[in-house]
Amino acid sequence: MKSKAKMKETAMKIVFLIAACVSVFAVALICVFLFANGIPAMKEIGFGDFLLGQTWKPGSEMYGILPFILGSIYVTAGAIILGVPIAILTSVFMAYYCPKKLYRPLKSGINLMAGVPSVVYGFFGLVLLVPLIKDTFVLRSGSTMLTASILLAIMILPTVVGVIEPALESVPKSYYEGALALGASHSKSVFFTIVPAAKSGIVAGVVLGIGRAVGETMAVIMVAGNNTWMPQGLLEGVRTMTSNIVLEMGYASGLHREALIATGVVLFVFILIINLCVSLLNRRRLHE
Amino acid sequence: MNNTNLEKTAESRPVSGTTVKVVYKKSVSSAVLTTVTWAASVLAVAILVFLVGFILVQGVGNLTPGLFSLEYNSDNVSLIPALINTLEMTGLSLLIAVPIGVCAAIFLVEYANNSGKVVGIIRITAETLSGIPSIVYGLFGMLFFTTALHWGLSVLSGAFTMAIMILPLIMRTSEEALKSVPDSYREASFGLGAGKLRTIFKIVLPAAMPGVLSGIILATGRVVGETAALMYTAGTVAQYAGPMDAGRTLALHMYVLSSEGLHMKEAFATAVVLLVMVLLINAVSSFFAKKLTKGQ
Repeated sequence: MKSKAKMKETAMKIVFLIAACVSVFAVALICVFLFANGIPAMKEIGFGDFLLGQTWKPGSEMYGILPFILGSIYVTAGAIILGVPIAILTSVFMAYYCPKKLYRPLKSGINLMAGVPSVVYGFFGLVLLVPLIKDTFVLRSGSTMLTASILLAIMILPTVVGVIEPALESVPKSYYEGALALGASHSKSVFFTIVPAAKSGIVAGVVLGIGRAVGETMAVIMVAGNNTWMPQGLLEGVRTMTSNIVLEMGYASGLHREALIATGVVLFVFILIINLCVSLLNRRRLHE
Repeated sequence: MNNTNLEKTAESRPVSGTTVKVVYKKSVSSAVLTTVTWAASVLAVAILVFLVGFILVQGVGNLTPGLFSLEYNSDNVSLIPALINTLEMTGLSLLIAVPIGVCAAIFLVEYANNSGKVVGIIRITAETLSGIPSIVYGLFGMLFFTTALHWGLSVLSGAFTMAIMILPLIMRTSEEALKSVPDSYREASFGLGAGKLRTIFKIVLPAAMPGVLSGIILATGRVVGETAALMYTAGTVAQYAGPMDAGRTLALHMYVLSSEGLHMKEAFATAVVLLVMVLLINAVSSFFAKKLTKGQ
């Protein structure tokens, strides 16, 4: 009897271990399948022509994704410039200004924002932001880089706040008290001692926000214009790597399809680098 | 600008919590910082309220009976088949991801000592998974489940893709829930002669249940709102789908409606249904999360 119970214990331990290893297996599988399908296409097109080519014309076998790489970078940069200051200030507010009664509704409001599906954000952008931008700047089309950046800035807000706010709260109280004792006001103590002390947390939040913005797909498709040429300016349409995959995968075949998968590989590598930064930053923060 | 007033509001929640009485000099820069902080937060909340309000106000009027008819056709663009597909998709993906995620969390909390190399790798990969954007999952699902395993565009391909996507979320929330169970529970159970397995399933897991549930419900919200990962794994057919058939979920239904641009009113109404569903799901999830913290 006893040995049977022991066997059961061991068997279940192995089951738990296998379950825990599923994530390892999944990451390996994702890497293998993406790279195995994407790298050959890159080779065939030529790494230089693929990554640095300025024209994407699948009809005439031209597969340069530089416009989309730049599109992703520009749109993300715009979202960070617009969104991060608001996110930092909101986090500071939640941690050090917010009256107690307001804290809970605010927190659940921010959480709620994180739960809204991206297609709903995209729809909101499509029916409201796009016409707004069109009328404000008197454009032929309101689907622009700016529109996408504004929408993404809204979308990454809860993610960034979710990292920065705990980072601000974990700064030792003595910092704040010390600043007060030296005669600084509440605002000055918060902004000139606590915020700098939470620097690594803030950077981690921003990097996480970059990851979200680069990877966002549906909302961007609905508001960014999606033209394939090089990004022309803030008030012109752009296409990001993510949109390129979704827009053309439906009808692509042969090398075209593989080039789209290769676009996914480039995106994946971007994200892996960003993730690596996040975990390095988090590790450093834990050491501090 | 009334400096003293602003600073007073700031003072109403002193961080120290002690009775330090601070007398400020009236300072312009302090007032500016306070104003900017308030303004940014008000803006953030205003955007949220406006977004939800706008969609509700514009959409509720378009909730016509035709939208809820049982059969889909291009006139009524009914959302019921998509809704049923969404439930099916959610159920299937949870069925796959929850046992794996919870078992993985049990391993990490109850069996692994935190320093092992295996644990490190598991944590890094789970972190990696949670950062991968949904379109990359979509591509992988298309290459692996749809093509390599020959499942075709089907709810099953979509469900497996979604299962991998929500796995890190379930792992993390379950892990936190299990960790929050006090060690005295385990010790008492061992002291009464229970084995490790019995302790886990009869004592630790029930105590951690609200947290685990909260994670599961959060994952449900993810699946319901997902679009990019499902487009090329589950397909966009607007009819009832069995596990091996292609079918669109509600979020995908909404994307198709709004990108076609022919049924904007219906798209608004669908957005209302989708938004309300997801918000309810999130509210239920945080209810359970609160229950866990209150239980201690």
